[in-house]
Amino acid sequence: MSRIDEAYAVAGSANAGSVGILADAGAMVSEARLPNAPVLHVPKRRKLSNRKATLACFVGTVVLLTALVVAGRLVEPAAMATDFAMKNLPPSLAHPFGTDWMGRDMLLRTLAGLSTSVLVGLLAAAASSVMALVLGTVAAVGGRRADAVVTWLIDLLMGVPHIVLLILISCALGKGFWGVTIGVALTHWANLARVVRAEVLQCRQSPFVAAAAKLGATRTQVAWRHMVPYVLPQFLVGLVLLFPHAILHEAAITFLGFGLPPEQPAIGIILSESMRYLTSGMWWLAVFPGLALVATVLLFDAAGGSLRKLADPRSAQE
Amino acid sequence: MLRYAAGQVAKFVLLMLAVSLVTFALVSASPVDPAQANVGQAALASMGDAKRAQVASYWGSDLPFHERYLNWLAAALHGDFGTSLRFNAPVADVIATRAGNTLALMAVAWVVGGVLGFALGVAAGVRRGSRLDAAVKGYCYLLASTPVFWLALVLLVVFSVQLGWFPMGFSAPIGVASSDVTLADALHHMALPAITLSVTGVANIALHTREKTIDVMESDYVRFARTRGESTWGIVLRHGLRNLAMPAITLQFASISEIFGGSVLVEQVFSYPGLGQAAVTAGLGGDAALLAGIAVLSAALVFGGNLVANLLYGVVDPRIALRRGKLSAHAANETAEGGAL
Repeated sequence: MSRIDEAYAVAGSANAGSVGILADAGAMVSEARLPNAPVLHVPKRRKLSNRKATLACFVGTVVLLTALVVAGRLVEPAAMATDFAMKNLPPSLAHPFGTDWMGRDMLLRTLAGLSTSVLVGLLAAAASSVMALVLGTVAAVGGRRADAVVTWLIDLLMGVPHIVLLILISCALGKGFWGVTIGVALTHWANLARVVRAEVLQCRQSPFVAAAAKLGATRTQVAWRHMVPYVLPQFLVGLVLLFPHAILHEAAITFLGFGLPPEQPAIGIILSESMRYLTSGMWWLAVFPGLALVATVLLFDAAGGSLRKLADPRSAQE
Repeated sequence: MLRYAAGQVAKFVLLMLAVSLVTFALVSASPVDPAQANVGQAALASMGDAKRAQVASYWGSDLPFHERYLNWLAAALHGDFGTSLRFNAPVADVIATRAGNTLALMAVAWVVGGVLGFALGVAAGVRRGSRLDAAVKGYCYLLASTPVFWLALVLLVVFSVQLGWFPMGFSAPIGVASSDVTLADALHHMALPAITLSVTGVANIALHTREKTIDVMESDYVRFARTRGESTWGIVLRHGLRNLAMPAITLQFASISEIFGGSVLVEQVFSYPGLGQAAVTAGLGGDAALLAGIAVLSAALVFGGNLVANLLYGVVDPRIALRRGKLSAHAANETAEGGAL
């Protein structure tokens, strides 16, 4: 039984037990507050509270994604193994995703590729979020000049299509793993930086910070006790919601030929190689790895969405 | 008004300068040697020193970075954007022949995606909680997680390879002189890339419009209209659309950056000769002039879209017209960034 249900059970029994006006009024007040809640009885079936369900969803997706990454790393040698006796096989029980023109099992290749893509995405998103945190905070507390510079940087970043910028940065860094990771990291901080800036500004102007300052709290104390708890949840949610973007952009830029090198297993490589074989009817080379990528991105989205629900007090009980 | 215009022009010039400078800096930082990338390693190795120096000076790789940039900038101010090394033609010509393809593709995706997304968003918002709403929402969330190039591949497999309804790629039939290509041919070749881009463009605008529609349908004036006995769709037509159309249009203007990015990927899948494909070719070959030209053009497009969005905000909301500025553009961008690729 959740705490609210308990409260209502108590309110309900108080209402039934006494005819006092006060008790009635009390029940009416709480009824007005939460109109849809059951007042006079406890639900017959005990339901998992929404908050617990959301938490379970978050933990479940994180576990799944971790398993995916670990499995991908473990099968990597098997994913590279070629067997020319088994080449170009359509999907079957032995090879659910089929095999490619070198007889490599596409399921294993997809797993290994997804694992690489997720790792690159995680690394890039983490680096990007650190940039966002630093620049957003600098913009909010560094005075008007710093704010103007950061805002202009954000405008500049938003002013060029991401893909074009990614091509440029990846080129400058000589492509490969670092090219794509740094490229994605450098292009994805703008939105989160804006969120951090807005949150810090809002927090600074809030009455409780003013009160703390009047009570003699030092700047460090205010930063530690008020700013960090205020900004951190938003920041974490923003970070998790950055992952899907980072992974999709990694795949896209690798697909175009500016990302990971062809010998590395990556979804972008698998899909760009598959293009050459599609005309000969080998549809499974493109369809299944892409579906797996979509599923992975959806998992990240679900993780971010449930984390946001948990972190945001307004939707915490939804 | 004049001050606002001057401010925007200054902003535009500054942006163009910054974009071209960043592009040049990034390209010249690249370890790709343009001479080697374009002549070929074997050919370069077999050349004498004098020949090699000649090649290097042709590709401009013997000049230091700032000289190259200043040369380019001075010429660009005179309308000469340099010579594309990869296509062996003036950058302006390369861009002009390809911009038509890309702009047509983007325009179709912009209009079709916008109209479709708007209609779906309104329908889902009005029938909130219904099966239609769930379907639209599911579709949008699914699309936001789908890489556009993979969708393009799947459509290519289904409609070109299996069903044979559409050509495999390019913007015109193979083996036909460009003067003999009919409009029908061009449209037939453009159809699948345009459909791909439109389908992915729906998600953002539909979700945004859905939220707005829910707000409108819960408003007091809609409740009042209901008590007067107006039907739901009458209310939507008379009271809803006016409030919903302008935010959607401004959002659509602010999403040009995303559509351009999508067209780069889609053009690559369909071998469609547009700006995106040229950008990829230029990037792989270290063609600084062409890359700079395309980057500057795309930035100008995005700037134009944001400017129109800002101006439209002013038209919609007189309060914003007074302090017309960053706030509105940011709000639009934030929602525009919601979609993935």
